[in-house]
Parts: sequence; structure tokens; C-alpha cells
Amino acid sequence: MSDTILRMDNVTMQFGGVVAVNDLSLQVNRGEIVALIGPNGAGKTTAFNCITGVYEPTNGMISFNGQPMLRNHPAGKMKKFYAGAHADKFTKAYVPQDEEALAAIAAAREAGDELTAANLQAAYDDAAEQRKEQALLLDPHAFSDKVIAPTPDKITKLGIARTFQNIRLFKSQTVFDNVLIAKHMRAKQNIFTATFRLSYKEEKRMREETEALLEEQNLIHLRNELATSLPYGLQRRLEIARALATDPQLLLLDEPAAGMNPQETLELTEFIGQIRKKYNLSIFMIEHHMDLVMEISDRIYVLDFGRLIASGTPDVVQNDQRVIDAYLGVSDDVED
Amino acid sequence: MEQNMLRKKRSLKYTYIDCAIIIGLFVLLAVLENIMMPTHIFFTVVKKGAIYALLAVSMNLLNGFTGLFSLGQAGFMLIGAYTYAIFTIPLEMRESVYMYYDGGIINFTLPVVVAVILAGIMAAAFAFLIGWPVLRLKSDYLAIATLGFAEIIRAIFQWDKLGVITNGANLLRRYPKFTSALVPCAVAALCIAIILLLINSSYGRAFKAIRDDEIAAEAMGINLFRHKQMSFMTSSFFAGIGGALLAMFQTTVQANAFKSAMTYEILLIVVIGGIGSVSGSVLASFLYIAASEWWLRFLDSPMVLDNGFQVPLLRVGFRKVVFSVVIMIIVLFYSRGLMGDKELRTENVVNGFRKSKKKLREWISDRRKKNREVAE
Repeated sequence: MSDTILRMDNVTMQFGGVVAVNDLSLQVNRGEIVALIGPNGAGKTTAFNCITGVYEPTNGMISFNGQPMLRNHPAGKMKKFYAGAHADKFTKAYVPQDEEALAAIAAAREAGDELTAANLQAAYDDAAEQRKEQALLLDPHAFSDKVIAPTPDKITKLGIARTFQNIRLFKSQTVFDNVLIAKHMRAKQNIFTATFRLSYKEEKRMREETEALLEEQNLIHLRNELATSLPYGLQRRLEIARALATDPQLLLLDEPAAGMNPQETLELTEFIGQIRKKYNLSIFMIEHHMDLVMEISDRIYVLDFGRLIASGTPDVVQNDQRVIDAYLGVSDDVED
Repeated sequence: MEQNMLRKKRSLKYTYIDCAIIIGLFVLLAVLENIMMPTHIFFTVVKKGAIYALLAVSMNLLNGFTGLFSLGQAGFMLIGAYTYAIFTIPLEMRESVYMYYDGGIINFTLPVVVAVILAGIMAAAFAFLIGWPVLRLKSDYLAIATLGFAEIIRAIFQWDKLGVITNGANLLRRYPKFTSALVPCAVAALCIAIILLLINSSYGRAFKAIRDDEIAAEAMGINLFRHKQMSFMTSSFFAGIGGALLAMFQTTVQANAFKSAMTYEILLIVVIGGIGSVSGSVLASFLYIAASEWWLRFLDSPMVLDNGFQVPLLRVGFRKVVFSVVIMIIVLFYSRGLMGDKELRTENVVNGFRKSKKKLREWISDRRKKNREVAE
């Protein structure tokens, strides 16, 4: 438990009638590189946006470092239209159940063995308290209607940094300023001390740290260039550097290799491995370049139409029939 | 690294030169005040120009640097102007100013400096209240909402029931004014300097990040609402001070004058100067005021030449026609304004001059080479 850095429980994101992410549960362990793959429109970026607080998930819980970070349940109008699973798991009405035990009872009933079934039922009822305790252990807010929905900046402050699928640098600003902005969040200052330069020591520290980071990322010679004047590959690198400047524990990369040629992809693969080691990061990424994914991921989750269809090590996922079907499509003959 | 240090040093040197130039301008103004007629239109332009420069820069902080398209400037100026006027009318004058309201209910006066600062604080406090609902909106919707609030403020200040404080729809007058053009210039310069310091601080960078990309800014840990609120309040604070200065300049205050047209005037200055350029706003404000108050005045008076020929079109109101055409030309062909998002600094001027010199030299050597080739 303690080495799980990110944990998603039954996360569902529904837009109107469209369920973009459906009952997604996964976890990222400390120090791991985990990839989220799936065909276009599978809901990967939506899942990322749920983690970073851009969207408020319709249902489910996301915990960071064992603490619930996001928690929601369908409410208001959505209560009526909710099409996902576990509608009451994160409300007061939640009754924890043990699927296995229930199946055993049902099987006994089926077999006509009323005595065993009754015994099992009694044992099951006795264990209700225990199940409650267990549920509370996993989720301290269980059996309550508590909604936790921080804004993205608070999530970044907790230690989750991200990059974007379509690069989002601050266009009118230099490489140096782009990275420097990420330091603003943790600086000990307020608008008065900053304006009247009373916190100049803090400013100096921010600048020095930024300089050091750019030096490490081999971007220092570009410090005074405009961010948008950089070639595409370097803009990606700069975006990652900017994310690193927020001192994250978990880095979310949304298609870091999009639009890169094989050579650049190879360099990126190496780069991701390096930064993980250097900054003690856990990395969770969305990627379409299979060679990159298969090479550096410790584990892979596969999404299709919002649902998790497979997970495991690269070897397992590669040979999973459902994954192959999802990517290549199923021929009509097989379906018949 | 060393190169960088060197550049920083040189930059600092140019900053001193900039400061020296500004001080020089102040000295020049002081000298001119002693040798020219004090009623000369030049001083009117300088006074009003300085006040509008402050208003334009404060609007630029919000529209140009934070990317919030707000049109509430006139409302905050009104609050500033009224706050200043209400609290500084001397006690013995109150009976005559508030003649329909038995002298009003406020029976104390504040020192001028305190009242000016209070004007800013009141405007900022209103911005704080209005910001809660309004700053959740974006772009055009924000503009419409702020415009609406400014009109509401104007209506409330004219409300008869508040007459004991605001004198209703009547004029406020007989409060202390300035005589020297140095006063509004000094106050405006001080305020603009503070805004410049803010823009170049960590918070200014955060504002610019919000302008460039809200989603990325939020992902960098910048609390959008809090920072927008800060920018909105700071901008309103200085708009309030600008309003107080305007009250002193006009010698009377009436809520009816603070219509949305006033906001548009300031927005126009910001656009002409360049959205995102402080020096552009200052430059444009002096140019705008000079053009509208002085240089284009002759268009308003009919002119008859010596031979009895009456120049056509020149009559009352024609100035505004010409002015609109000039503005349309600027907006059509110089949509980035005078300065774009650059600043007018000696450093930039010198660097630009060096660059163009280099280019010229290259061009000349190119020409020579070509000529030689042709000759051969």
C-alpha cells in the first residue's frame, strides 16, 4: 500500500449521455513507469484530465500517496442519467459487499444445499462490520457524501505535474521565463513583498534553481529565445522541464512522442528513463508509439471505449487477444 | 554565464539612463511652468495626459498583461473620484455643496493624501466584491458583465436616497485641487512605477502566464481565480487613484460624466499604445489627449480665409469625424499599436539602432559586391 503513489478507484467520467471513462481502476507504484494506451477516443486524455482536476469525475475516487485527492458521486441531474457502475459507492448509501462470498452463497442455493447456504449467509452477515472497517481503511471518507474536488493548481501543488498532448507553452515568453513561472507556486512571498522586492532572496533562489534545471536539461543556451521559436522536439523537452520545475513526485506525460521521428523517439525513451532516475519520479504516460511504450514501461493499462480491457507487463499486454482486437478490429467471421 | 552577468550589468546601466531621462522631463516641466503662461493649453494636455496615462496603464495591467477583457474602468474611476471629493470638501463648504441635503451627513474631512489612497482602496474593495461573480466569466462575457457593473455603480451614485453622502445627481465641488502640472505627473509616475515593478515580479509573470494559456498556467500551480482577483483589484486601485486625480483636474464631479464612453476612450489609448506595453500606453495617452484637446481643435471652428473663402466642412463636431477616421486607420493598419508589446527603453532603442546600423552596413556591402560583379 505504502508504495502506491497514484490510485484510481472506479473512476467514471460522463459527459451528458457519453461515458468517456467507465469504471476505471488502476494504480501507479512509486518509481514505476506506467503507460496508458488505447485506440483513438478511448478516453485516455479524459482520464488524465480527471487526475489533474481539469474535469471533475462523475463518480469515483483518486488517491495520491494514500490520501484521497479527488472524490465524487453522481449528484443532481446526473443522478438520473448516470450510466456507469457503482453509483452509490462514494455516498452514504454504500454497503460494502464481498462478491466471492455472495457467489458462494448463490452456488449453494443453486445446489439445493439450504443448510450450507444459511451458514454461509450467517457468516457473511457477521462479517459486515469487518467489511465496513476494511472499506474505511481504503477510503477514510467511505459512507459519507463527501465530495473532494480541488482545482488543478492544488493538485500540482501536491506533486503531480503534467505535459499536454498539444504543446501548451507560454508563447510570448522566453525559455527561461517559461520554467521560472513553475517556481511561482512554491515561493514564500505575497504580492506586496514581490512588488516592492522585499522577497528578493526568494526571487534569486527561484532564478538560480531555474538556471540549474535548464543547465541539467541542456537548454541553458536557449534561455533568452522565445519558447515558440524552438523546434518541435525542443518544445517538448521544454514542456517536460517546465513540469519538472514544479518539483513533482508523479509526472503525467500526454503523448510525449507525438509528431516525433524514430530517432527523436529513441532519444526521448532514453531521456524519460534518465529523468525518472535523476528526480526520483514515478511516470504515468499516454503514448501511441508502441516501441517506446514496450521498451520503457513497467506496466501497461489498455483502455477501449472508456473501459479497461487489459493490464500487465508489456509482454502480457502484447499477447492479449482483446488488445489485439481493439487495435486491429475484429473480423466478422470470428464474431459469427 | 559570464556573458549573462555582463548583459545584466549593461541592462542596469540603461535603467539608470531611463530614470535620468524621466527626471529630466520633470525638471523641464518645472522650468516650463515658470516661463510659460500657466493657462496655456499645453499644461492642460500634460495634466490630463498624465492622468489618462495612469488610467490606461492600470487598464493595460488587466487587459494586456492578465488577458482579462474588462470594461469597468469608468465605474472604478467614479468610485475613486467620489471618495476623494466626499472626504475632502472642507466643512465650511459642505452647507453650500450639499444644499439639497442639509449639508450631508459626513462631518469630517481627511487630508488630501489619505483621501487619494482611500479612493484607491474603495475602488479595490468594490473590485473585490464584483470580482466574485464576474471573474468566473471569460472574454466577451466578462467585458459585458464589467460594463454592466460600471453602469450600476453610476446609477447607484446618482440615487436620491444616497444624496446625503453622494449629493445625488448634483455636482460635488469646492474640494482641494492641484494647480501645478507636476502633481498629477508625479502621482501618475509613482503609480506607474509600482505597476511596472509588479509586472516584472513573480506575480507579473503569473499574470502573463494566465494571459498566454490559462490551462497551462493552472497546471503550473497558479490559482487562476486568486491571481485574476489580485490583478483586478490592483488595476481598480490605480483606476480609483486616477479617478481622484481626474476629480481634481475637472474641479467638479458628477456621476453622469463617468459613462462607458470614458472607458472606451481609455481602451482606445491602450489599443493605440499597444496591448501589453506600459510605455506605449503612456505615449498614446499624451498623444491622444494632445490631439483631441489641442492639435485638432481648429477643426471645430469655422474658418474664413482672407479672400472671403469659407473652408468647407470645418464646423463644430468635425473634429470628432477626423478623429474617428484617424483611429480607424490606426486600428486597420497598425493593429498592434505604436509599441506592440515592446517597451520604449533606451536599451531597446540603442540595441535597435545597433541592429539597423549592422543591417545597413550589410546592405551596403551587398550592393557593392553586386555592383562589382556587374562591372566585371
